[in-house]
Amino acid sequence: MTTNIKEKKYEAVAIGVSAGGLKALIKVFSNLPADFPIPIIVTQHLNPSEDSYLAEILNRITLLPVKEAMDKEKIKPGNIYIAPPNYHLLLERNETISLSNDEKVNYSRPSIDAMFESAAYAWSGNLIGIILTGASIDGANGIRVIKNFGGLTIAEDPKAAEYPMMPKTAVDTGAVDKILTLSEINKFLINLSGVDKRAE
Amino acid sequence: MAVSVRNGNMKIQDIENLEISLLLEAMYQRYGYDFRDYSRASVERRARQFLIKSGYKSISQMIPALLHDELFFQTLVREFSITVTEMFRDPGVYKVLKEKVFPVLKTYPFIKIWHAGCATGEEVYSLSILLREQGLYNRATIFATDFNDEALEKAKQGIYNLENVKQSTQNYQKAGGSESFSQYYHAKYDSIVIDKSLQKKITFANHNLVTDHSFGEMHLILCRNVLIYFNNTLQNRALNLFDYSLVPGGFLCLGNKESLLFWEKDKEYESIEDSAKIFQRKYLPECLNKTNDH
Repeated sequence: MTTNIKEKKYEAVAIGVSAGGLKALIKVFSNLPADFPIPIIVTQHLNPSEDSYLAEILNRITLLPVKEAMDKEKIKPGNIYIAPPNYHLLLERNETISLSNDEKVNYSRPSIDAMFESAAYAWSGNLIGIILTGASIDGANGIRVIKNFGGLTIAEDPKAAEYPMMPKTAVDTGAVDKILTLSEINKFLINLSGVDKRAE
Repeated sequence: MAVSVRNGNMKIQDIENLEISLLLEAMYQRYGYDFRDYSRASVERRARQFLIKSGYKSISQMIPALLHDELFFQTLVREFSITVTEMFRDPGVYKVLKEKVFPVLKTYPFIKIWHAGCATGEEVYSLSILLREQGLYNRATIFATDFNDEALEKAKQGIYNLENVKQSTQNYQKAGGSESFSQYYHAKYDSIVIDKSLQKKITFANHNLVTDHSFGEMHLILCRNVLIYFNNTLQNRALNLFDYSLVPGGFLCLGNKESLLFWEKDKEYESIEDSAKIFQRKYLPECLNKTNDH
């Protein structure tokens, strides 16, 4: 399924987030309509030795099904997939998920760069890449690849972010199309479904 | 694949995809190493990483070197088969093996274990330690296989970086080790050398899950964090190979994020412990009866 913004068809949203992530994701996902038309894939840096309850928590605040991504799982529209702790989440061109145990990238596994890059290859220009709060440089390279392939790139406004380093590093690449606050990103996503239910 | 006439305006990422297909085909036809059914996204990442290191300008430029220079091929295979592992990785899994699987293995007069994709061997030695502590080591035969000769050589030597010993010791304790981890190695300069007595029952051998076949009946097969690198076709092949090699009632231990969900024989296995991804092959006649009843 696809969704149109000014004649452009978007097929997936990829989100990278690190420190301060839970609060940010709750804001970004609030009031998303149940008929949200495309999949959302999230890579959040997590402590590798702990079980992740992120999917469980997010499930309570959005109508969309949120799940920890499984290896070789087929991606479905309107679902939110979270990278499991200690595995990179990669997207295949046939819209399935592959997990990987490869070395850390930017000291991180899961790595946002690894996810963004594979998503860019899978969806080319039909991908929206969003980078949120975090004290890391992970994701900046991935944002550049998404932009190179014609995708739309968004960063949380570093001035408003809880941890500005990650969105700022992405913005500094010059490959970010829009710099938005969390509630603006939330409105942007709601608008993707074609029905403006208004965030607040 | 149907190829229609293109106007020369193929996207750069599609050209790269084609280049990678050609590279994999060359590796297979020239050297018999078949990465064509590996998880494509992983292979692409590694090919791109290798490209940056190699100094070539494009993936396809590497193909002539690959075809004519065996050393180049070997470095490429090394890049494709990098594995990350540690002693007692995911200690909880070893705890479940000890508590739920070993008691069943104890009922056999001899125990055959296959560790498929053992890489540099850390996890095989971890298993050996637990078997020994549970009094099972002497009746065990362990086959530790990998397709990467270089990794196997490292596994045979059993020499690891001293840096990781603290983590290994912690993992050992979490795994339910009952002794002191330090008795299983000697520190030497900046390395640890695994105690030779732990190698006695291990046979290291080259085996490729993509192309090779079963080599015997096993009571326990471990294959952790290998299947995630395969596509569905290859995952099924490997699982069928394990199924063929396991005695009825035998155990299969996979990586934490691997499952039998997309495999047609899923129903012939019972999960022993979901969190540890340990499955037991059902004793088939009963299993068929059960299926008929429902």
